[in-house]
Amino acid sequence: MSKTLYDKIWDDHLVHAQEDGTSLLYVDRHLVHEVTSPQAFEGLRNSNRKVRKPNLTLAVADHNVPTSDRSKGISDEESRLQVETLEKNCEEFGIKLFGMDDKRQGIVHIIGPEQGFTQPGSIIVCGDSHTATHGAFGSLAFGIGTSEVEHVLATQTLVQKKSKNFRIKVDGKLSIGVTSKDVILQIIGKIGTAGGTGYVIEYAGSLISSLSVEQRMTICNMTIEGGARAGLIEPDQKIFDYLKGRPMAPKKENWDKALDYWSKLKSDNDASFDKEVTLDGKDIMPMVTWGTSPQDVISIDGRIPNPDNEADEDRKNSIERSLKYMGLKPGTAIKDVKIDKVFIGSCTNGRIEDLRDAAKIIKNKKIAQHVYAMVVPGSGLVKQQAEQEGLDKVFKESGFDWREPGCSMCLAMNADKLKPEERCASTSNRNFEGRQGRGGRTHLVSPGMAAAAAISGSLDDVRKYQN
Amino acid sequence: MQKFKTIKSIPAYLPIVNIDTDMIIPKQFLKTIKRTGLGKNLFYEMRYNEKGVPIEDFILNTSPFNNSEILIAGKNFGCGSSREHAPWALLDFGITCVVSSSYADIFYNNCFKNGILPIVLPEAKIKELSEYSKRKEEIIVNLEEQKITFGNNEIDFEIDQFKKKCLLEGLDDIALSLEKNPKITEFEKKLSSNKPWIFND
Repeated sequence: MSKTLYDKIWDDHLVHAQEDGTSLLYVDRHLVHEVTSPQAFEGLRNSNRKVRKPNLTLAVADHNVPTSDRSKGISDEESRLQVETLEKNCEEFGIKLFGMDDKRQGIVHIIGPEQGFTQPGSIIVCGDSHTATHGAFGSLAFGIGTSEVEHVLATQTLVQKKSKNFRIKVDGKLSIGVTSKDVILQIIGKIGTAGGTGYVIEYAGSLISSLSVEQRMTICNMTIEGGARAGLIEPDQKIFDYLKGRPMAPKKENWDKALDYWSKLKSDNDASFDKEVTLDGKDIMPMVTWGTSPQDVISIDGRIPNPDNEADEDRKNSIERSLKYMGLKPGTAIKDVKIDKVFIGSCTNGRIEDLRDAAKIIKNKKIAQHVYAMVVPGSGLVKQQAEQEGLDKVFKESGFDWREPGCSMCLAMNADKLKPEERCASTSNRNFEGRQGRGGRTHLVSPGMAAAAAISGSLDDVRKYQN
Repeated sequence: MQKFKTIKSIPAYLPIVNIDTDMIIPKQFLKTIKRTGLGKNLFYEMRYNEKGVPIEDFILNTSPFNNSEILIAGKNFGCGSSREHAPWALLDFGITCVVSSSYADIFYNNCFKNGILPIVLPEAKIKELSEYSKRKEEIIVNLEEQKITFGNNEIDFEIDQFKKKCLLEGLDDIALSLEKNPKITEFEKKLSSNKPWIFND
């Protein structure tokens, strides 16, 4: 019987098919961070259990770390305790940790690929919903809760029920100024925030395969915003070239064996999908969110929707609630919306290509006087690379703040946050109420669009600044 | 995990769709290293004003709903972040049963790990139940019989039988999986020879 890539990875990791319809699956790679792991380690200690395969696990502190001067450590007591707890747990259970002073430290979903820890065909989990990012490598990667983190630590397996197959095909080419962030925002707008619930999404089509490895990560990263726990893309030569020589990638004869296996990872031509959606690149514009769900998205030429035009009562109420929270009026051109802050970073758009995209727009220009703008590189190595290319200077000369790596204002667990009613053009992944700070108003955009907004002082069309 | 017992409680209705886990428990409360104590911060930004004073007309601040063990909510409940702090906060507040027409996958699974029953009902039934909740009368959720009883009415609900068993018996699923240890070891042996790069040894 023909199979999808998801079916194949599933079958290849099946330890035991249980009578109740669930399956025990082997986990190849487990990423751990400070927020969703302390209770899992505590659980192991309480029941006197060990970590089954410490060397399949990699830990890093990212959510709580300060992005300003780190020489004095973390001033917030609770944040410090959480980071210290991770350090202690990793030492006690023998898990490799990139500490706060390690130049390899960064956002968990940036460092996995960067180190070659993320590999095609593997099952990768982490107590973080954006684990979907790693699906860009043709792996089955998904977020889990803390109880499941404990389960993986203790058994190196997970009990799962199989999802259905969903293929999203994007053909054609990206227009100038349009990025993979706009592609995924458009997809979420189309399928809705629960459109992928119960499915694993495979992204396919000529546009998807034309994307760079990093651009693919942006797409897979936001899969969870469309409700699916995992999104994956068939691995190709770009993926193999990206991984070759990375510190944790297979070496010598193992590389050859791995490559042989990875090259065969694809859905069969006649594999059937339970749901399919098709998009054409020519229809995708630079996108921006106007509401408090990632599905509330319009093109930069668009206007804020009117709840009165909605027949569905739930949808009408939800738009009204969003517009009230966002301080926006129906019919307003989104380009007329003034912003206070700009955030470039996160596991969605904190990689080197994202910084290059934004720097290209911002070069030799100044940000608007009333705007505060910051760049938070996704990892220490991204920061180092950007500095080698002189991107830090480009950002600083235009008025951006250049910070240390971490999750930062994507979720505002550290000191970086919006004040009530402050409006932000952000390259992150969630525009939920309060996500970037209580009362804060988030507009999700691509790095180029964030740079354009910084210059104009309002949401703006990146294509205006393209040469 | 606590065994799930039949609940008799006045349900609280939150008529909002897409309630995300950031709403259920905002990030400032994720800094804890414990599972307990999050109940007072459940729905923090809807429940308290900027000075931390309870907002009087928020349903969980009003009697008798401040003692509700059952929460009825709009569709796609629990979307967003994987934080298990969301079910921990619900549980710590005293809510052990959520009723909605749909849930986000990760949240749905997290509920079962913590002895919370997430019931899925068709929209029409949600409407019926939410109307009834205005009467401030107790309803009964019986997992054994998969039945909600309110007044003279009954609604049956579906649930995965294994998940039901785990809730009713309060089973520790790590212990269950560890019983499969020989199978896991056997799998690892094969993995080591078929895909030696996985263990990197």
